[in-house]
Amino acid sequence: MTAPLQRLGAASLNVFAKLGRANLFLALALTGIPEILRRPGLLIRQMYVVGVLSVLLIALSGLFVGMVLGLQGYNVLSDFGAEESLGVMVAASLVRELGPVVTALLFSGRAGSALTAEIGLMKATEQLSGMEMMAVDPMKRVITPRLFAGILSMPLLAGLFTYIGIYGGYFVGVSLLGVDEGSFWSQMQAAIDFREDLVNSVIKSLAFGVIVTWIAVFEGYDAVPTSEGVSRATTRSVVYSAFAVLGSDFVLTALMFGE
Amino acid sequence: MDNSRIVEIWVGVFVAIGLGALFLLAMEVSNLAEFREQKTGYRLLARFSNIGTLKVRSPVKIAGVTIGRVAAIHLDPEQYQAVVEMRIQPQYKLPDDSIASIYTSGLLGEQYVAIEAGGSPEFLEDGDEIEITQSALVLEELIGKFLVKTTEESGPKE
Amino acid sequence: MARSDDILVKIRGLVFSHGRRRIFDGIDMDIRRGAVTAIMGPSGTGKTTLLKLIGGQLKPRSGTVEVDGHDVHRLSRSDLYRLRKRMGMLFQSGALLTDLNVFENVAFPLREHTDLPESMIRSLVLMKLEAVGLRGARELMPAQLSGGMARRVALARAIALDPMMIMYDEPFTGQDPISMGVLVKLIRTLNDALGLTSIVVSHDVAETASISDYIYVLSGGRIVGQGTPDELRRSDSPWVRQFMDGLPDGPVPFHYPAPDYREDLLR
Repeated sequence: MTAPLQRLGAASLNVFAKLGRANLFLALALTGIPEILRRPGLLIRQMYVVGVLSVLLIALSGLFVGMVLGLQGYNVLSDFGAEESLGVMVAASLVRELGPVVTALLFSGRAGSALTAEIGLMKATEQLSGMEMMAVDPMKRVITPRLFAGILSMPLLAGLFTYIGIYGGYFVGVSLLGVDEGSFWSQMQAAIDFREDLVNSVIKSLAFGVIVTWIAVFEGYDAVPTSEGVSRATTRSVVYSAFAVLGSDFVLTALMFGE
Repeated sequence: MDNSRIVEIWVGVFVAIGLGALFLLAMEVSNLAEFREQKTGYRLLARFSNIGTLKVRSPVKIAGVTIGRVAAIHLDPEQYQAVVEMRIQPQYKLPDDSIASIYTSGLLGEQYVAIEAGGSPEFLEDGDEIEITQSALVLEELIGKFLVKTTEESGPKE
Repeated sequence: MARSDDILVKIRGLVFSHGRRRIFDGIDMDIRRGAVTAIMGPSGTGKTTLLKLIGGQLKPRSGTVEVDGHDVHRLSRSDLYRLRKRMGMLFQSGALLTDLNVFENVAFPLREHTDLPESMIRSLVLMKLEAVGLRGARELMPAQLSGGMARRVALARAIALDPMMIMYDEPFTGQDPISMGVLVKLIRTLNDALGLTSIVVSHDVAETASISDYIYVLSGGRIVGQGTPDELRRSDSPWVRQFMDGLPDGPVPFHYPAPDYREDLLR
């Protein structure tokens, strides 16, 4: 009779314990900030792994997403004779939603999973433990640079995604389908507000950067130190990141664009 | 440590590309460029008894060409009139007998300020007021007038 | 027993549990300066755990661990880190940093803890690599090393900061006879040449006995025998006998605790 209740209770306690560990983990990681200011090389190295190596994926995805938006948008808008609004449609969807959200999802698959696996394997092969015994704090040496590399890379990648996406939409809409170039840009500029849309978009991608990288490094650090444990942690990292990004996107959108 | 130099260069390129994309987004895609033009333009005032749904940042047009934007709207507390402050781009000079009207673009579109240039040799300067204005047409008022008119016309027959 | 300032690591009444399982149940141990002390026992007796307790990575339930006069578990974080710079630890897997090559792995503690110029770091690293016979392998990545070589690199890294002691976690496990011989020789010669204190955790009886000055035998959370290798060979304690001679059955039973075999079958 009480068995299911007990299981529910145990599961909830586990969730709370994990949330507690994750918050403690973040707090500890933040104490490493002076370290990365003192040795920016650590951060730059990780920016390369996390950011530079994601550029090609993000740029290509942005191009294709923008081209699809251009095509689909044109089909719908031309029914109403409003093809000139294609620029607005492409830019608004990319700047407000798709740029930050799709970049975060791709980033968690490309860089987040790699971070989790790397840190999990470092744990499984006693590298983290070894650092501790060499009097090197793995939190400051390993976690903090990776966390901040992710947080800083995300807005840059999202900006790139959005910009290339708009040109993808421009290419399909204006160059291929013959939408008027002037109205494509002028309507876009009239509709996209610098502060309301663009600044909010950057804030969103920063928030997603924190969420995705935090989940990725925490899952790696919290992984059961076996090959099975690391592979599970990697899966969890991507799944939780996707949920967290989409869920927090709703909350952020409601706060930013809701009246 | 040659390897770390290459890494640093690539990260530098990455950051430059990312910031560049954000900057270009701001300049090409958003209205930031216009903000700057608005700062450089000159100010004109106009009073309307009704501005309809005119908003800050609504366009100001002559012959359909946008020459500026609405910068601020407030109410004159004594005369109960809307005072609309516009920023006009500096290359456009307006005669001081121009007329400002509030029109709607399309049937259900946004409202904007349309200016009809007058013939005076004197031009409006920063802070001047456009004296002759025509308020927004409010759909309910129009329908109301139309109904009154038709009932008046059909009245005697009953 | 030796004079107290002759003792580098002093363990008193150590109790440690993992979950509900009690791993150590009151252990007293003295590790002499300059000696190679072996801690032996069957797998799963928590020998590695003991090293982590000495290194301050785990906290005991009760009892004290003193290293060079400092109670490891009472130290502040920064004091503990300062103490750890003087301890080297060799993990079973080597625990080399996989994204750095051999040279950079050995240079790692130097770069982290000192501001030495690059030329000095280079000389020091080559010196340490020479000591373990791997100066020629400095460009290799950890993935390209055999298990024995990885441990020797890790050993070079452990002595990079000239520590006062080194802890070896199962240094011989899974080694071919040649690399085993190399490691045995290295542990002894490094200990004597550098004036180290070594703690070797192992279950390889012959190799360990050949290089150690003093041996503790652990079983079931207690010390079941101690003494010099010769004393232990002559010991008539059944625990020590079973372990030293590798008997399949004895005080450590062959069978994992189970209900009666016949009853189990007929049920």
